Amino acid sequence: MSDPILSVRNLTIRFKGDGRETQVVHGVDFDIHPGETLALVGESGSGKSVTSFALMRLLPEAPRCRIDGQIRMGGTDLLALTEPQMAAYRGPRIAMIFQEPLTSLNPVHRVGDQIAEAIRFHRKMDRTAIRARVLELLRMVGIPDPERRMMAYPHEMSGGMRQRVVIAMALALEPELLIADEPTTALDVTVQAQILDLLRDLQKRTGMAMLFITHDFGVVAEIAERVMVMYSGRIVEEGSLGAVLERPRMPYTSGLLASVPRFEDAGQSKGPLGTIEGFVPSPDKLPAGCSFHPRCPQFRPGLCDQRMPELLPHGRPAHPVRCLRAPDLSLVPEVPA
Amino acid sequence: MKPLIDCIDLKQHYPIRHGLLGRQSLAVKAVDGVNLQIQRGEVVGLVGESGSGKSTLGRTLMMMEKPTSGSVIYDGKDIAGLTHAGLHPYRRRMQMVFQDPFSSLNPRMTVEDSLTMPLRFHAPELSAAQRRDEAAETLERVGLSRSAFERFPHEFSGGQRQRIGIARALMVKPEFIVADEPVSALDVSVQAQVLNLFSSIRQTLGLTLLFVTHDLAVVGHIADRVAVMYLGQIMEIAPTRALFTAPAHPYTETLLSAAPQPKAGPRRARIAMRGEPPSPLNPPSGCVFRTRCAHALPECAQERPALRPAPAGRGASHFTACLRDDLSLTPAVTETPSPRIRTPV
Repeated sequence: MSDPILSVRNLTIRFKGDGRETQVVHGVDFDIHPGETLALVGESGSGKSVTSFALMRLLPEAPRCRIDGQIRMGGTDLLALTEPQMAAYRGPRIAMIFQEPLTSLNPVHRVGDQIAEAIRFHRKMDRTAIRARVLELLRMVGIPDPERRMMAYPHEMSGGMRQRVVIAMALALEPELLIADEPTTALDVTVQAQILDLLRDLQKRTGMAMLFITHDFGVVAEIAERVMVMYSGRIVEEGSLGAVLERPRMPYTSGLLASVPRFEDAGQSKGPLGTIEGFVPSPDKLPAGCSFHPRCPQFRPGLCDQRMPELLPHGRPAHPVRCLRAPDLSLVPEVPA
Repeated sequence: MKPLIDCIDLKQHYPIRHGLLGRQSLAVKAVDGVNLQIQRGEVVGLVGESGSGKSTLGRTLMMMEKPTSGSVIYDGKDIAGLTHAGLHPYRRRMQMVFQDPFSSLNPRMTVEDSLTMPLRFHAPELSAAQRRDEAAETLERVGLSRSAFERFPHEFSGGQRQRIGIARALMVKPEFIVADEPVSALDVSVQAQVLNLFSSIRQTLGLTLLFVTHDLAVVGHIADRVAVMYLGQIMEIAPTRALFTAPAHPYTETLLSAAPQPKAGPRRARIAMRGEPPSPLNPPSGCVFRTRCAHALPECAQERPALRPAPAGRGASHFTACLRDDLSLTPAVTETPSPRIRTPV
């Protein structure tokens, strides 16, 4: 396999406030390879968004927030860069899009000017060249009539069109890695489908890698080749799309999958949906042992509440799972896929 | 059987003034001529994208807003023309559950006050102790304990708050509940808990439910029948299984094909919509979906198609507002064909 374009090692994030320090991400490791899409899935409070913000160095500065570990991109540790050095990475190397496109757009500037500004900040190009590039980008993200649309203000566009503008802006400098944090969550399903198609198509054309953050396993299946499931600040399972969706080994993953209503069962009374009892623990009150044990149907006293399991390969073919019971559990997904 | 709710040619238009001195007036036709019957004890799912008018229809059925025209026959009586006072006895019979329980619960009221407040209006004969007991019983029904009484909404997680929202709706023992996107803001595992709660209270209390949502999988799980809305009109209405296995309207087909499914393997073919969403101020003539429809014919621009029985033996309770009955649309789920006796050729 090619060298990863991004390597995260032992990423640890702590927030300080009210005289307390709260650790929200506990030693996360992963690699992203050129051209691949890696999905980071989790419920709210799992630490998935904080992780992605750390990659972009968008979290508050010390002492309010402490980030340890390494985020390596082509031999450079992003965490060791000064802010001006990091600014040179954001855009040309690594870019990010968010759930709500309106927060990424300035309401008082025309969208064309906003894309142009992103280009001008990093590249020495004259006005006509920048204008041509803006038009090319708008066309690339499927905005009809780009000459007219580049003059529009964000509020004059629909949610889907705005998200396309934000994608155009993120891709303006041809980044090697695009981080997409729930980019379709606020959109209607038909628009979501168009944006997912667009991202897939752009990735094929540009060869960029994507880190796709979402809570929706349906979206994961549409876009990702590899999946990481996060719970309480740790990766708890990682594998190919097929491995995680169809042969999950961690009770949390299989529980999540069982709680999703399926089209196959539509209109047929299949009894109640699977649920995971309780809720995600607050990061400053993590239980001892495996963080998931108080909610886990496979919990074994004296084992799971004693120590944190490591992320180790299990199953056949094996993929990494953080569960002490993984060796003796043969978890079939509770909903046959 | 006489339906509990029968809305006839229901319209909810919002006028917008523009032009010189605001003299020209246009209207957003949020709900434009909806006919919908809901039987007692039935769960009807109302799906559509943003701007389809699904929430407005729910609110109008609740008489939270007076409809522009049309009637809502509730248990045999048209309540659309009733005054505030005339509606009072009906308010107790129907309740609403909202998407964001945090904004529908008073942050300064304890759970106990939030729950007992409706009883002060609707059951003034009850003593304070009786109201408390009712509240405790209802809390238990939604899976919370009496210890929640003294606490405030912010002390609860999203799922618990939604349980409190449901409990409050149940306090007056309604027979009909409109739930507007009640699980959309919740995490998947919590969403499943709340959906199971809806299923169980529906069973035990014999509730009639209108479940408004954008999520087809949720509707597939909870509803007996599904109505699909687009630009203020119902495009298709069918028993849930039939809608997924034999959609009769191109818009339903598009919606079903767009919804992502948590399955590995080859992706289903996607039916794309043409063009851009029309302005709700100026909807297309004839069929409102025709500008985005892959199957539109010139006739589709002529006249607005009424809901009619869906073609090709789809069953008596399957209706579509599409002119064409020569389409073979892609289902979301293929029914594994049951073994049949082969007829000799």
